[in-house]
Amino acid sequence: MRRAGVILGALVALLLVATALLAPALAPYSPKQQALCDGLHGPSAQHWLGQDKHGRDVLSRLIYGARVSAIVGLATVTISALIGILVGSLSGYFGGALDQLFMRVVDVLQAFPGILLAIALAAVLGPSLENVILALSLLGWVGYARLVRGQVLVEREKDYVQAARALGASPGRIVLRHLLVNVSAPVIVQATFGMAAAILAEASLSFLGLGAQNLPSWGAMLNEGQSFLRTAPYLSIFPGLAVLVTVLGFNFLGDGLRDLYLTPRSRA
Amino acid sequence: MRSYLLKRLLLTLPVLIGASVLVFLFIHLIPGDPVEVMLGESASPADRAALRHQLHLDEPLSVQFGLFFSGLATGKLESIFYREPVSRKVFARLGATFELALAAMALACLFALPLGIVAALRRGRWADSLSTGFALLGVSIPNFWLGPMLILVFSLKLGWLPVSGRGGLYHLALPALTLGLAMAALLSRMTRASLLEALSEPHLTAARARGLSEPRVILKHALRNAAVPILTIIGLQFGALLSGAIITETIFAWPGLGRLLIEAIQTRDFPLVQGSVLAIALTYVMVNLITDLLYTAVDPRVRLEGRA
Repeated sequence: MRRAGVILGALVALLLVATALLAPALAPYSPKQQALCDGLHGPSAQHWLGQDKHGRDVLSRLIYGARVSAIVGLATVTISALIGILVGSLSGYFGGALDQLFMRVVDVLQAFPGILLAIALAAVLGPSLENVILALSLLGWVGYARLVRGQVLVEREKDYVQAARALGASPGRIVLRHLLVNVSAPVIVQATFGMAAAILAEASLSFLGLGAQNLPSWGAMLNEGQSFLRTAPYLSIFPGLAVLVTVLGFNFLGDGLRDLYLTPRSRA
Repeated sequence: MRSYLLKRLLLTLPVLIGASVLVFLFIHLIPGDPVEVMLGESASPADRAALRHQLHLDEPLSVQFGLFFSGLATGKLESIFYREPVSRKVFARLGATFELALAAMALACLFALPLGIVAALRRGRWADSLSTGFALLGVSIPNFWLGPMLILVFSLKLGWLPVSGRGGLYHLALPALTLGLAMAALLSRMTRASLLEALSEPHLTAARARGLSEPRVILKHALRNAAVPILTIIGLQFGALLSGAIITETIFAWPGLGRLLIEAIQTRDFPLVQGSVLAIALTYVMVNLITDLLYTAVDPRVRLEGRA
């Protein structure tokens, strides 16, 4: 059952990346190609998922929308994980005043619920793809920092670290060659959930009009679709399903990986 | 106990100050001239100078910091769009957000607690799988999609409930369901996990050995022990509902704090953005603090650990 979840989740992740990479080949039309006289036409043989108010092909926009989700997800997770690993390992290994300082910053950032700070930052910085990634990464690293710090605090007291220290290994070498290898599994699990969270947050920001401008994004498509809920519900249904399937896939993957690699009972 | 309370309160202070400083700095993160961003390029030099003075942007940063908070407290910090004190606008919307969050929480509890209990008692069976599936689906469904879908079915197709606005229970149903689903998903998992842990405790075996009936063992002993972590999650999630309310209020035109924030962003009313963000963050911190303190009050183990 867990393996099935992992396989299903991995397939969704692969599908997202493949769709993002192959968007120009997969999309039947250009996502920006307008046909105003065909506006709000429902699904047909030519346009499988219908056309929006500008006559643009919904399927093509969904396919290109995968690019925005994949870019924001991967960039946010990579930046957040790198900052979080750096802060968490320094904080956990050295402790003291540095640890106190980092953890108070973490406390302050965690004082903001959910994506509130991302909404505020995106609003202040201006709506763009780069600012969405920046806003989400500025908050995303906190979870990784806490996780890595906790793991390093446990690992640094173990015999193999003491042995490396006794052999004269520098703190940098101990952290990079020994500690990080041993904390990588929970970080990978966290990154998988992080992809789901980043994709959901990007879609939320785009829905609120704070996301990437002039790029087809699933959240922005939902925002546009809300005005035509009565006459063209497909404009809301399909982008929402795309977000749901993608986020569900990454959550399945994260759940499965956690059970397979982090829960001792399930391993046994 | 008193020293724990004091320590916990003292630990909250730097967080509150840090959050406030961050919100204060927002206006300085705006690329370019914040006054031009707020008023637009066509604003006259006199209007720009007046706004710069009103926001104290012509003062040194340290002075601005003091004036920002005294302005918020005394009601002198005004919304650019509404020409009203930011604090008044924020307080006027707080009630609607609390009403929505409370309704969402009540719905979530009503649904999640029985589901979690059944899942724990039927571990490994179809009810448990159903609960797991519901939890994963619940946290994955975007509320900005669930809301419109509920409107589509219950308002536009069936005509049972209003599309938007604030009024009686009918108006509250769809926004509360939209906001409460993710919480229900988390809560059902937490209830299941807590009850499973409580069911494995040795004193339950002892209770069964004494001849107590199974419903009595579950209701009187297991659920009582499982209640503390469940209540904690309810408290902590209530704080999280405040951020979820931003999107839900936007979908249903619910006149709460979240909608005020989005309106302020759309009208580039940055003092109001600052005030709304600060109000949501402070409420979140305070709700979490109260939950933490209540948790300490109900669970003797936490008090004893603090003493040790």
